Formats: sequence, C-alpha cells, structure tokens
Amino acid sequence: MPPAGPEDHARGEGETLIVYADLACPHCAGAWLEICERPARVVFRHFPVASKHPRAPVLHAAAEAAGRQGRFFEMVDSIYVERGRVDDPHLWERAERLGLDLERFESERRSEAVRDRVRRDFESGIRAGVVGTPALFPGPAVA
Amino acid sequence: MIAAGEPAPDFTLRDQDGEKVSLSDYRGRKVLLVFYPMDFSPVCSDQLSIYQEVKPQIAARGVELVGISVDHGFAHKAFQERLGIDTRLLADFEPKGEVARAYGAYIERVGHANRSLVLVDEEGVVEWVHESPTPLEIPGANLIFDALASAGT
Repeated sequence: MPPAGPEDHARGEGETLIVYADLACPHCAGAWLEICERPARVVFRHFPVASKHPRAPVLHAAAEAAGRQGRFFEMVDSIYVERGRVDDPHLWERAERLGLDLERFESERRSEAVRDRVRRDFESGIRAGVVGTPALFPGPAVA
Repeated sequence: MIAAGEPAPDFTLRDQDGEKVSLSDYRGRKVLLVFYPMDFSPVCSDQLSIYQEVKPQIAARGVELVGISVDHGFAHKAFQERLGIDTRLLADFEPKGEVARAYGAYIERVGHANRSLVLVDEEGVVEWVHESPTPLEIPGANLIFDALASAGT
C-alpha cells in the first residue's frame, strides 16, 4: 500500500491514518465523524464499491472535483453528514453552498482525469487487501 | 482442503438461472472457485462485491470466477440482484455441500462451506488454494492477483 504522500487528500494533525472509504456506504458515514474527531492526520482514499452502491462513483467524482477547487473534505463531510440527497441537482446545491464554480465542477467531475484519480486510490486499496469499507490503516508519516 | 497439484473433482451444479454447470465446461480456461458460507450474510456480501469490481481484470487474465455455496438457485438469483453482481453462483444444495466436501471446504458442524479460493488450471488441476483462517476473514482480491502473477498469468 502506498504510504501517504503529497498527492493524497489529508486533513488534521497527528499520526497518519489512511482511510479507504465509500461515500455511499452507511458504515463509512457512521464512522466518519468519529474518525475525524481523532487526533490524527486523516488520509482519505477513494474506495467506491460500484456494484454495491451504484451512486458511489458519482459521489467520489464530485468530491474529487470539489477537491480541485480546494473543497475536498468539505464535500466529503457534506455527503456523509447529509446522506440521501445525492442526485445531480442536490450535488449542484452542495457545490453552490461550498462556493464552487459550478461549470468547472460539472466538467471536472465528468472528466477522465478525475475518474483516473479515483480509480488509482481504489486500485491501491485492492492491492492492500481492502475487502470492505471503511478500512483503516495507520500509515507511516507523510513524506 | 484440497491442495495444489491435485486433480480438481468434477461436478455439475445448477446456477442462479437453473442452468447446469460442470467444472469440465471450463476445460481450456482457468476458473477460480470461490467457496463461501451463505448468501446475504454481511461478510459474504463484501467479498463478492469486491471481486465484482475487479472481475474485468481477472477475466483479462483468462480466469472465470464462480461462486459456490449451499444456497439454492433462487437465493443465488436474489443475492446477485441485491448485490448488483453478475458472477455466476452455483447451488451446492442437494446433496447439501457435496461439492464443498469433495474439495475439503465443507464445515460439517455448521452445515455450510468455509471461505476459500481454489484456482483450477486449464487442464482441471488445482493450481492454488487459499483458505481463510476464519470465515469472518475475507480473502482480499490482491491474493487472487498475486496467485495469478506467480502462475505467470
């Protein structure tokens, strides 16, 4: 499993905690608040299990796109805290609330670059033996 | 559990659509038998969902994926639909667990299979076996790729 690095989405201070999560997974939603309260540097890695949660890939793309405008964790928080309203109009609403450029958000969340970025995290999770979400790994210090 | 190098016992079971499937149907291709305890139990669900996500990559290496549990075909059908997976699921239903028993994958005490993976090569010989230390431990997809890599697939 690749150690946490500058490419990763990280938030917080403390020991690194790598989290493979699915934005449509109820277990992840339940665990997210608790995870974020820990004194740790939380590294979020995309792990959408599309067959189980068909909407997951769209949510991960939305978070990644929001991240390209500096609002990654805000979008993740939003999706986990307020579950269920995740159709496109609701995603636009969330993006607007976060002050995102909607046009850019729309085009980026549908881009191959975003898809590849999400897939890269997913593949690293598969290689690490992730079989369910959330999967937590204490990680070595950020490079 | 059956071991690598042994001939994989042939069998004929019905799948989720009631179609008869024999191991010998897969002669000429590799097939990964995924024994698992039961449909709908929480641990199984994650396992097959994860494998579904990487099924194209496994297929690209010439390997078919087949799930086997003691559930009947009707349960398999509902399970497939619930999980959104298209992996073929075989019903080791009657005689109960007979195929799992032939592979040493049946747990008599509880009446269902263990959680194991058996990779059968193109000639019907067992190439690789993985048995979960406990039924709660799901074999990661990385184990499958590692096994295929060492087999030169």
